[in-house]
Amino acid sequence: MIVSSHPKRSRTLQYGLMLLYIAFLGFPLLWMLSVSLKGPRELVELYPSLIPDEPTLENYRIALDDSDLIQSAVNSLKIAFATALVTTAIALPASYVLARRRGILTTFGLGWILLSQMFPLILIIIPLFLLLIDLGLTNSHIGLVLVYTVWALPFVLWMLQSYVRGIPRDLEEAARVDGATRVQILIGIIAPLLAPGIVVTTLFAFITAWNEFFLALVVLQSADLYTLPLKLKQFVGIEGIVRLGPLAAAALLATIPSLILFAIIQRWLTRGLLSGAVKG
Amino acid sequence: MSTAHEVRPVARRGRSKAGSGMSAQEAAFLVIPALLPILILSVLPLARGIYLAFTDARAGLDVPTNFIGLDNFQELIHDDLFINAFKIGLIWSVSVTAIQFVLGLCLALLLTQNLHGRWLARSLALVPWAMPPVVVGIMWKLIYQPQAGVLNELLRRGNLPGENIDWLSSFSWALPAVIVVGVWAGMPQTTIALLAGLQAIPDDMHEAAAVDGATAWQRFRTITWPQLRPVIVAITTLDFIWNFNSFGLVYVLTEGGPAGKTELPMLFAYNQAFKYGEFGYAAALGCAMVVVIASGLIFYLWGRLREATA
Repeated sequence: MIVSSHPKRSRTLQYGLMLLYIAFLGFPLLWMLSVSLKGPRELVELYPSLIPDEPTLENYRIALDDSDLIQSAVNSLKIAFATALVTTAIALPASYVLARRRGILTTFGLGWILLSQMFPLILIIIPLFLLLIDLGLTNSHIGLVLVYTVWALPFVLWMLQSYVRGIPRDLEEAARVDGATRVQILIGIIAPLLAPGIVVTTLFAFITAWNEFFLALVVLQSADLYTLPLKLKQFVGIEGIVRLGPLAAAALLATIPSLILFAIIQRWLTRGLLSGAVKG
Repeated sequence: MSTAHEVRPVARRGRSKAGSGMSAQEAAFLVIPALLPILILSVLPLARGIYLAFTDARAGLDVPTNFIGLDNFQELIHDDLFINAFKIGLIWSVSVTAIQFVLGLCLALLLTQNLHGRWLARSLALVPWAMPPVVVGIMWKLIYQPQAGVLNELLRRGNLPGENIDWLSSFSWALPAVIVVGVWAGMPQTTIALLAGLQAIPDDMHEAAAVDGATAWQRFRTITWPQLRPVIVAITTLDFIWNFNSFGLVYVLTEGGPAGKTELPMLFAYNQAFKYGEFGYAAALGCAMVVVIASGLIFYLWGRLREATA
C-alpha cells in the first residue's frame, strides 16, 4: 500500500522494521523457552546466555511431577469445560432471537452486552461475592463456574448472534413456506449452518475461562481448588532463581492448550469479532 | 391450494416486518435461559454494587450495613492512595493505549505489504492473545529478573547503562517496565483490528491516487487515515477501557509495588475489598472508575457523531 519513490530503500526499511517487530514479539517467548531448558547450575550463572549449554527437560519433569500443579490443571480443565458448555447452551437460543427479532428486548439486549463490557469487574464481583456467600458457594468450583458464566455470557451472545446474522433469512422463509415448524427450522436448518460458529464460540469461551485470573482469585481460597493461573502465581511468590526453571516450564505447559485451540479458531475469530467494527 | 398461493406473499411481507414471524411467546421462551442469569447474576448485582458505594458495607457475617450517603466519595477525594492509584491508572492506560496504537498501526501497515516471512510476524502478533495474563507476567519477570534476567545481560554486553537495575522494584523504572509488558500483551487485538480496517479500504482508491502522482505519505494522509478512522476510534476506545480495568498482568509482575508505584485502580480496589474487607469503599472506587471509562466512551461517541455529520 505504501510505496515510496525509492522502492529498494523502502523495502530494506520495511524488512528492518519487520525484524524489529519479530524480535520484540518473539524474543520474550524464546527466553522463557530457554530458561525452561536450563539446569539449576546454569540458572544461577552470573552471565546468562540464550542458548542453554546443556539443555535438559528436567524442569518439565519437575513441573509434571508436581501433584499440586497437575491438580490445578485438572481444576482449570473442569471449570473451563463447564463454563464453555453452560454459556453456549444458554446463549444459543437467545442469540437467535437477538439476531432475528427486532424490538425493545433486542435493543436492550445488545445495549446491555456492550454496556456490560464497560463496567469494572470490581463493581460486579463484590455483590456477586456476597450472593455466593448467601448461596454457600464461595470457595467452590460451582460458584466460580457461575461467575464465569455471567462474565462470559455477553461476548458469547455477541459472537453467536453475529454468526446467526450470517445465515440468510431466505433459507428459513423457504422452509417455513414448505410447512416446517419453528423447532424443525432451528434444528434442521439453523443448527447445522451455525455449527462452525458454535464451535468457535465454545472454544473461545473455554480459552477465556482457562486463562482467567482475577475472578478465580476472588472466589477460590483453598489451595486444592486453585486453577492453573492461581497456582502459577503462587509459584512466583516463592521464586528464588533456582525455581525459575520449573516455573518457566510450568508456564509454557499451561499455555499450550489455549495456544492450540486458539490456532484452530483464530481465522474465524478475527472475522467474527471484527464484523461489527469494520462495517462501522 | 390456490388460496395458499394468494396468501403467501402477504404473509411473508408481514413476517419480515415483525422480525421473522416469531411470536412473543416463542421469543420469550428462547430468551429466558440467558435472560434469567443476566438479570439475577449481572443486572441486579450491578445495581447492588452501585448501591453498596453509598453504604459502609464490610466483609464479615454479622456486620450491619448502613446507608451513609456520599461519605465514601468524600473519603475517596481525600485519600492520597486513591488519587495515586487513579493517576497511575491514567498514565498506564493512556501510554499503553497510545504506544499500542502506534506500534499496531505500523505493524498492520507492514503486514499489508508483500514481504517474505510476514506470516511469522503475523503469527507472533497473535500469540499474546492466547496466553494467560499470568504466564505473560511470569515471562516478563524472567526478562526483568536482575541477576538471571536477559535484559540486564543484554545491557551489560552492549556496554549500556542500567545493567544493575532491579527493574520491577525500582521506584522510577517499575511503571515504564510494566507499560512495556502491557503493550506487548495488548498488541494482537489492536493490530488485527487495524489490519482488518486497512484491508477493507478498496485498492482502487490507492491506485487512482498513485496514478495522480500522490506520494506514499500523501496517500496515507488523504486515503488511509480518513478511511481507517472509525476503526481507529473504536479500537483505541476499547483499548483504553480494557487497560484501565486491567488487573492480572500487573498483579503478577509487581502486586502494585514498589510503594504503590504500579498500583492500578483495580489493584487498589481489590486490596480494599478483599484484603481489608471494605466492600462499600471499594464499590465507591468502582463507581469512580466508571466515570473515567464513561468519559472515554463519550470521546468515542463524539468521534462517531463527527463521522456521521462529516
